[in-house]
Amino acid sequence: MKHFLSVNQFSVDEILSILETASNYKKGYFPIQKQIFAANLFYEPSTRTTMSFNVAQRKLGFDVLDFSVDTSSVQKGESLYDTVKTFEAIGANILIVRHQDDHWYEELHSKLSIPLINAGAGKAEHPTQCMLDLLTIYEEFETFKGINVAICGDIKHSRVAKSNADALKRLGANVYFSAVPGFEDETLPYPYLSMNDAVQTCDVVMLLRIQHERHMYATTNECYLTHYGLTDSREKLMKKHAIIMHPAPVNRNIEIASNLVESKKSRIFKQMTNGVYVRMAIMTQLLKEWGIINEVIIKECEPIVT
Amino acid sequence: MKKKTEVLDQSAMNRALTRIAHEILEKNKGGEDIVIVGIKTRGVPLAERLQEKIKNIEDLEVPIGELDITLYRDDLEKAVEANEPELKDTKIHTDVTDKKVILVDDVLYTGRTVRAAMDAVMDIGRPSQIQLAVLVDRGHRELPIRADYVGKNIPTSDKEIIVVQLQEIDDLDQVSIYEK
Repeated sequence: MKHFLSVNQFSVDEILSILETASNYKKGYFPIQKQIFAANLFYEPSTRTTMSFNVAQRKLGFDVLDFSVDTSSVQKGESLYDTVKTFEAIGANILIVRHQDDHWYEELHSKLSIPLINAGAGKAEHPTQCMLDLLTIYEEFETFKGINVAICGDIKHSRVAKSNADALKRLGANVYFSAVPGFEDETLPYPYLSMNDAVQTCDVVMLLRIQHERHMYATTNECYLTHYGLTDSREKLMKKHAIIMHPAPVNRNIEIASNLVESKKSRIFKQMTNGVYVRMAIMTQLLKEWGIINEVIIKECEPIVT
Repeated sequence: MKKKTEVLDQSAMNRALTRIAHEILEKNKGGEDIVIVGIKTRGVPLAERLQEKIKNIEDLEVPIGELDITLYRDDLEKAVEANEPELKDTKIHTDVTDKKVILVDDVLYTGRTVRAAMDAVMDIGRPSQIQLAVLVDRGHRELPIRADYVGKNIPTSDKEIIVVQLQEIDDLDQVSIYEK
């Protein structure tokens, strides 16, 4: 039985099937079933991912068990393993975990009898973010074949860059990086473009957040934006059909000019909306595979209006 | 076919080739044992220019050869099945066994021409390595082939055409994008 730990573990067909399920949820239908307890264990701060999982679970009719590191036995030194086993013992049916360790799930997943979803592993991988990015691109172009995607910013410290690049490549897109000198990752086999070339030639300009918490030196905001960020003048060079993406939180006026966040080409808020549907699809897919639910009643649900 | 943008002019092309020459020497520790092989048509003058630059930098005369790989198709189109590029002629007058062969072409696209070129080189000897230098990498690979030296990466759509013009053949040095 599979957990959802890395996009790499899924074949192209499985990825496309999750995207299709997510699109169906978006049209307003979703299955509701017996009582399902979903536990969200977030050891790192998060707004979008926690809330998105919460909404996804509630839309599916799950009972949500929220957990806060600050008020739990983690304060008494309880390990991730014991915490996870506790949730399993009290009857959780599916676990969502974000943890600051890059490899937190490696020993854990084989010892569980319920499905586990990786909602972020240190700076290693954030696979549900990757899936929502894929859904956003797929909705835009209805294919991945031959689409040119530039992933721009701090490639080295980003957990989005590698998983997105690998998945997009497998799906047939051409992937490029654009990085500030010193923030390239030479271990990844993707060609680099200057920011000016990237905006002019690519169909998707995917910006990454500058991770201040991981950088020691000061990048003055204005300087970063003019040299490496998406400015108004660079946005004007983009192809007519090209789109802007960003995993958020956005540092306005650092990696992107503030007014472009809500501009016509921006899909930044649409990505967040898509996150809900893609997480619904991932959770139901796993629960079905594990035999915890089967497709029963279909109930209509109000789509999120954007 | 209408011209959209010029992506490399004469001086940018010259700088790119100078950089590639330095990278070749750096990667191959001074350039002993290398053989440069241009893929016809425009890979041949590019190979000659690299040979010239290496001579200027390192005072080393590296052997050069050429391959004529015919595309039984309009070479601006992608290959379709049963339409693979084929070898027409090999002019490599030096033994490639245990040498590092550097293939040179103007544009890297699907990778099929390069594959045919690698086959041709392997047919005449057993090089210790084959490396690939291209002036432009336009993406859309159909084979697991990657260039070791790239003049410029230019992401393109399949509706676009990359036109490389060289002094020796076209009387000017320029790379441009056209729209079909």
